[in-house]
Amino acid sequence: MKTKNNWNTLAVCGMLSCAGLAGSAHAQIKVGLMAPLTGSQAVVGQDQVDGFMLALEQAGGKFGGQAVQVFKEDDQLKPEIGSQAVRKLIDKDRVDAIVGLSFSNVLMASLKSLTESGTVAIATNAGPSPIAGAACAANVFSVAWQNDGAAESMGKYMQDKGIKRVYLMAPNYQAGKDMLAGFKRYFKGEVLDEVYTQVGQSDYSSEIAQLQAAKPDAVFAFYPGGMGVNYIRQLSQAGLLTKLPNYSVFTVDGTTMPALRDAAVGTTFGAMWDAALDNADNRAFVTAFTTRYKRVPSEYAAAAFDAGRLLNVAVGKLQGKPADKRALAAAVKASGDQFRSVRGPFAFNKNNLPIQNYYAFQVVKEGGAPVVKQVATPLTGHRDAYAAQCRLP
Amino acid sequence: MSHTVFKPATLVTLLVLAVLACVPLAAHLADQPFYLAFFARIMIYAIAASALNLALGYGGLVSLGHALFLGIGAYSVAIPAFHGIDNGWLHLLCCVVVCGVVGLVTGAVSLRTTGIGFIMITLAFAQMGYFVFVSLKQYGGDDGTTIAATSKFFGADLGQAGTVYWVALVLLVLVLWWMARLRVAPFGMVLRGARQNPRRINAIGLRSVRYQLAAYVLSAVLCGVAGMLLANLTGFASPSTMTWMISGDLIVMIVLGGIGTVFGPLLGALAFLGLEEVLKMVTEYWMAVFGLAIVLIGVLGKAGIAGLLDGLASRRPASAPAKRAAPAAVTISKPVGEQA
Amino acid sequence: MTMSLLFTQLLNGLQLGVLLFLLAAGLTLVFGIMSFVNLAHGSLYMLGAYFAASAYAYTESFGLALLAGVGGCVVLGFLLERLAISRLYRRDHLDHVLTTFGMVLFFNELVRIVWGPQPYFLPVPAFLENTVDLLGISYPSYRFAIIVVGLLVAFGAHLLMHKTRLGMLIRAGAVNPAMVGALGVDIKLLNALLFALGAALAGLAGVMAAPILSIQSGMGEPVLITTLVVIVIGGIGSISGAFYAALIVGVADTLGRAFLPTLLREVASREVANAAGPALASMLVYVLMALVLAVRPQGLFPAGRS
Repeated sequence: MKTKNNWNTLAVCGMLSCAGLAGSAHAQIKVGLMAPLTGSQAVVGQDQVDGFMLALEQAGGKFGGQAVQVFKEDDQLKPEIGSQAVRKLIDKDRVDAIVGLSFSNVLMASLKSLTESGTVAIATNAGPSPIAGAACAANVFSVAWQNDGAAESMGKYMQDKGIKRVYLMAPNYQAGKDMLAGFKRYFKGEVLDEVYTQVGQSDYSSEIAQLQAAKPDAVFAFYPGGMGVNYIRQLSQAGLLTKLPNYSVFTVDGTTMPALRDAAVGTTFGAMWDAALDNADNRAFVTAFTTRYKRVPSEYAAAAFDAGRLLNVAVGKLQGKPADKRALAAAVKASGDQFRSVRGPFAFNKNNLPIQNYYAFQVVKEGGAPVVKQVATPLTGHRDAYAAQCRLP
Repeated sequence: MSHTVFKPATLVTLLVLAVLACVPLAAHLADQPFYLAFFARIMIYAIAASALNLALGYGGLVSLGHALFLGIGAYSVAIPAFHGIDNGWLHLLCCVVVCGVVGLVTGAVSLRTTGIGFIMITLAFAQMGYFVFVSLKQYGGDDGTTIAATSKFFGADLGQAGTVYWVALVLLVLVLWWMARLRVAPFGMVLRGARQNPRRINAIGLRSVRYQLAAYVLSAVLCGVAGMLLANLTGFASPSTMTWMISGDLIVMIVLGGIGTVFGPLLGALAFLGLEEVLKMVTEYWMAVFGLAIVLIGVLGKAGIAGLLDGLASRRPASAPAKRAAPAAVTISKPVGEQA
Repeated sequence: MTMSLLFTQLLNGLQLGVLLFLLAAGLTLVFGIMSFVNLAHGSLYMLGAYFAASAYAYTESFGLALLAGVGGCVVLGFLLERLAISRLYRRDHLDHVLTTFGMVLFFNELVRIVWGPQPYFLPVPAFLENTVDLLGISYPSYRFAIIVVGLLVAFGAHLLMHKTRLGMLIRAGAVNPAMVGALGVDIKLLNALLFALGAALAGLAGVMAAPILSIQSGMGEPVLITTLVVIVIGGIGSISGAFYAALIVGVADTLGRAFLPTLLREVASREVANAAGPALASMLVYVLMALVLAVRPQGLFPAGRS
């Protein structure tokens, strides 16, 4: 039950740091790990924590040869709590780097503290367009994706497939709008309607009825977490999954598959990673994660795992405790294409967002169980559309 | 009035304020700037809770929508800042005017109802405000917006944790002093009378609704100012500040501290937010313990912390607000026949 | 906007309405008779869904899951009432708010501890998995079943309230609780039964909603607010009020969300319609409530009428 040991370690470390005994002889690198551990998206937060801790364990509890002390914070998916937690990590715990940083809205709320302090921030679940563009900073990275990316890949995939008339759906917040904007950047066919639903809405019967009435060739949607489970299951209950080609991003993934099971069969989705991706690093990762945590990892876990690997390589470049945050940030940037990512090729763009492939996956029924298979790679070495607005060298 | 200085609740509060005044120095010496922001946040919520206490504790107007004004105050910094205006006085003016107008309109409409109707209509207004701000895509919508240009007064930047701390402390002290004076001033007496028996107040020639509306608007403006400070502290404004859960938090703080008392809101805010932080350090499942603690405090009663403290001094229980004595039937389930 | 689309949306509204009724019935009775503000009602709804999910995981039977959900909530409701709620009847409404607020926090965290943070899974019973063809549209059978069950429960509630002694005591209690106690009725037992009944209905709503919606911590809060709106519109303490108000709110909300944005697009530019449409649709229910409060503050069908 290594989780319990980690908890004990964290509890002890937490209490030590509270007593003001920062900088003890053993822990030399301090990393803050912030994720939504309570609330409706807690499963995403838990995946990120588990992915990162797995990378740390595999590195023997050390990054670049230095012992690591981890400070966990729960932002409850509330921007105000998140920004307070970030402040706590920077001012009180004095971490060298913060990993995780939850969803786009929490990340944006904490941005001021992050850029002002210069602490290395590695987002594992977001890449909002401001950070990719005008608000880019030398110490803020994303090892996940730029928010538009997966949708862009689906847009291209559907365009290449010759689909003509599409119905779009997403929740009414920044990420939702980014996804659909990204989709339309690559899809040149006819968009019958663009429907934005309330964030956190659970019943889509009304929208599904409208969808049926519009009679599109295919539907493309973005519904992360609990929203995705509801959306797909209700589509299935309305009998539409067999009649209408279903495409999505972040709706069908490792976090929602356990709840969807057979309901997801037939859907196609785009992502920069899935457990089905067939490369040596990924096979090892998925096996290790499944053995350790008894569940299949999601892309959030994979991104957090990659963040751990990235930090390992970056700290190793510094040979000793990083003298200042700028050195660590530069090391992280330089390590972008030097660590082995589980998703395949990876590098940092000039705005510190990933240059990576985006794949298309399909859920099929194999041996009586739903199985994810990779069907295409619509975008390779893809760069986001906002890099030009970033003034970093 | 002089004998109240020696009541336990007053003494504890003075002690708390003295400690708060020492925090900046202590934080600087111990090199723990985090606590500056932490206590500043507590004080800002104490101000907001005091504002609500004016309407709820003194006036008996249970508003489940006061977070709306907190949010408006925050956006009165965020929206001008978005357009590059960082003059603190303009932010303040915007905050006071908008909160005043919204408070006047919502208050006037809400005061046409009583009891549960009042609670629900204030909730409805807050929800409507929430949806309006969510639909403002330009200012971030559901995600909220970061504040690039924080309020500046005479060259002092409210975005600095130290500055906002001192402003919040001074404002808190002023608010508490004002609430104490108001409680026994003519306006406050009429207000408290209107809470206990509006008919009698009307009978002696004073329009109770006018006093209640005035109290509601004042509390709205004060809450807005607290929101302004909050936005400067966090550098962020979002519609999530306006949800009913935040209004609920404010009510819980007041009840925890002692409804209708002067120092209740401060003690309640300190207890609520402080307990939250302490529990977070102890266990991962802090919310369960926190919830249980609140349930226990609720069941045990004792008129909140202020009441508990006062009850410790004198052997008799703290005087509960008069409305406890009134039968439950008065508030909602009054026989319809009588009202018709 | 075709007739078949309108009909489908009407059915959706009806389905939402009956779920709201199940929740509102319990809440309005507790509020009207015991004058108790129960913010934890949404938590009972959530726990009903979780109990059912657990029972299903062990038995693979929807029937047993239903029993577990409703039964579990009855027991829990009874326990809550005896342990905590009954001590608060004489107290201020704000003490009720404080205590039940704490309960909400506690239950939200409790389900996370016991069941974990991932969303849970209760499948639609096999014989309801297809769609039913009605008047030219095909509607999911399960949702149709919800409407049927909801209407049956409403009918049963009507029978209970108007044809049994217990119902008579409840209706009397809604008008004048003190008098009922004074007439020698065991008011403690009545209160406990009433609370447990409300909890049972909430649990039933949770179990029925579970196959459509994902079961997760905090699922009770959004529906609680809408339920409060329903009981205010219907009239506190009145079950028939809760019924009609729930249907009105369910249909208005669904039709509003479905057709307001389209209507807006006729009169305003697409940009404005896309921004204002969802906001107005969400506000519709509250505007409705504000109108009712302005015109008829005691509710549309207040208790005290037969």
